Amino acid sequence: MNTLLLALRNLLRNRRRSLTTLLAMVIGICAVLIFGGYARNATYALQTGYVQMHGHLQIQHSNYFLYGSGNPAAYGIANYPRIMDVVKQDPVLAPLLTVVTPKLQLGGIAGNFAAGVSKNVIASGIVVGEQNQLRTWDDYGSMSYSPQFALTGTSQESVIIGTGVARMLQLCGPLKVSNCPQAPVAPVSAERAAPDDITALSALEQRADALPANQTHIEMLAANVHGAPNVVNLNVVKAENWGFKEFDDTVMIMHLAQAQRLVFGGAPPQVTAIQIQLRHTSQMAAARARLEQLLATTFKDEPLEIQDFETLAPIYGQSIRFFDSVFGFIATLIGVIVLFTVGNTMSMAVVERTVEIGTLRAMGQRRSGIRALFMCEGLLLGLMGALLGVLTALLLAGLINHSGLTWTPPGYVYAYPLKVRVWGDLGLIGGSAIGLVLVAIVSAWWPANRAAKLMIVDALRHV
Amino acid sequence: MYTVILKNVHKIYQLGSVGVPALSDINLDIRPNCFTVISGPSGSGKTTLLNLIGCIDRPDQGEVIVAGQAIGQLSDDALSDFRARHLGFIFQNFNLLSVLSAYENVEYPLRLTQMPAAQRRARVLALLDAVGLADKANNRPGQLSGGQRQRVAIARALAPAPQLVLADEPTANLDSQTGAAIIALMRQMQREHQVSFVFSSHDPQVQAQADDAVFIRDGRITHVQRRVDSVEACA
Repeated sequence: MNTLLLALRNLLRNRRRSLTTLLAMVIGICAVLIFGGYARNATYALQTGYVQMHGHLQIQHSNYFLYGSGNPAAYGIANYPRIMDVVKQDPVLAPLLTVVTPKLQLGGIAGNFAAGVSKNVIASGIVVGEQNQLRTWDDYGSMSYSPQFALTGTSQESVIIGTGVARMLQLCGPLKVSNCPQAPVAPVSAERAAPDDITALSALEQRADALPANQTHIEMLAANVHGAPNVVNLNVVKAENWGFKEFDDTVMIMHLAQAQRLVFGGAPPQVTAIQIQLRHTSQMAAARARLEQLLATTFKDEPLEIQDFETLAPIYGQSIRFFDSVFGFIATLIGVIVLFTVGNTMSMAVVERTVEIGTLRAMGQRRSGIRALFMCEGLLLGLMGALLGVLTALLLAGLINHSGLTWTPPGYVYAYPLKVRVWGDLGLIGGSAIGLVLVAIVSAWWPANRAAKLMIVDALRHV
Repeated sequence: MYTVILKNVHKIYQLGSVGVPALSDINLDIRPNCFTVISGPSGSGKTTLLNLIGCIDRPDQGEVIVAGQAIGQLSDDALSDFRARHLGFIFQNFNLLSVLSAYENVEYPLRLTQMPAAQRRARVLALLDAVGLADKANNRPGQLSGGQRQRVAIARALAPAPQLVLADEPTANLDSQTGAAIIALMRQMQREHQVSFVFSSHDPQVQAQADDAVFIRDGRITHVQRRVDSVEACA
């Protein structure tokens, strides 16, 4: 009869109490694991979204991230085709890459002058096919529902705008945007609503072969590379919700060539970023190191720097820290509950078995043997609770994962399947299980120590 | 050589700030291989004296020597080991471990002495056979009668081949017939195993079997009655 077997029999002596304690532990570890799995999935979903949007890394003009936003002329990358070629053909980087694509971001004013309204926008010029490829990245099996760009297969003057932009440009009706309140009709004429200089510029931009005006036709005014205003006619093919209102109220997506014509005209075209998407996020450090090497050697004369998606989207790190803090809070709460539950169970066991403790001590059992016996009972409770809890959590996670539920991460407008990533997360499972066992052992220590310190004669007299 | 020697032993229990003397100036020699009974009215100090002899309590003054060992000098662990090797206990309420079978209860003290498994098994089976419970080896205490439980307790007390077995009112919870059978069994075991038995008991049946009787009152030994007077007479 070794100590562990004796401890097990002692636990089975009061089955109902042991089961109640186990139930508390199972519920506790399930809560920790399910939330941990949910948080992990949320993190993966967020990461997937940001990697689909920004790529893992971007090569930018130095200080563009800090000072260059909205000023593509001053912070553009002129040599971008060669840089992209070098990156794509680099023997170290090539196996890591999925997409390398240029992007030009610019600020301007979009106007629906037929309605007499205009709105400042942040436009992105993209290579549509490559951006669509960016959106297929799904390294974590999130089964992302991110749609392809509506610009696919459209003419160069086609653009997408945010629903907020559509609302302010009074294009919700023509673009069939649902849940879009109509602005009150302006009491003044369209000609008076628009500034005179903009109206004049718009008129100048009109060409004889311009597209026939229609309800989704807008003009875009931006400063060109020489600082002079430039205007293009654009056709809005779709208004999309971009999640964050501030973003949705300013976003415009257009073809890269169109954006470059608007900013650079006949001058050599530039971009503000080269987006690089890797096969796996875990390759980011290696890819970044190699890119920095290339920038320091091959492109040492060009003022370039590298930014990762975590820097470009600070909310990603903030979200992870938020989930971590909630997880820590839940785990601490559960730990305290388990601590007191097991401690209470063990304390009751010590009281009930006081005479038995005295008997064992009289027979020659050392204090350490008594302590070990009760600690073993705590250990067994912890082990059983952890095992049952992990199995239950895996079962629940499986049920949730196959439930077909979806969720929309903060700032997203398309849903991801709701998943609880417990299976395979050995860190989460192992950490939670070991944590539970340790808490059970710690909570058993105090009653065990009290039992070990009982005076034999007092214990034998106990009624 | 006496199995137990008590010299000028005093024991005082503190009840709050008041010290209540439980034993005063106890001088006692317990002879080897004898059946010794400590008798006295309730509250006279029988159990306290038995506790001191059994090394589960320490005197406030005086010296207790058991099996040649002065227990006052031993640490708690050393005293535990000493009890495991040299002493056996039989309790009024049997005090068997309810989660262990009769076999495992008898085996438990042998595990404390690190006896090899094969040797342990042989000794446990022999003892269970000796107390007439070979067929109940796998029964748990809850499946045994009071008399059977006390037989298991006797086997458990004798398992480590102690020099001294202490029994606190061993027949108090048994009917007179069963009590008599238990006394007879203990007497038989005491003789077969050449071990000293010390009882605290009111039971006339126990007192009738005694080689030596120690009478105690108000924490003091009033007199010691020896059936024969030589030190080795009981052997």
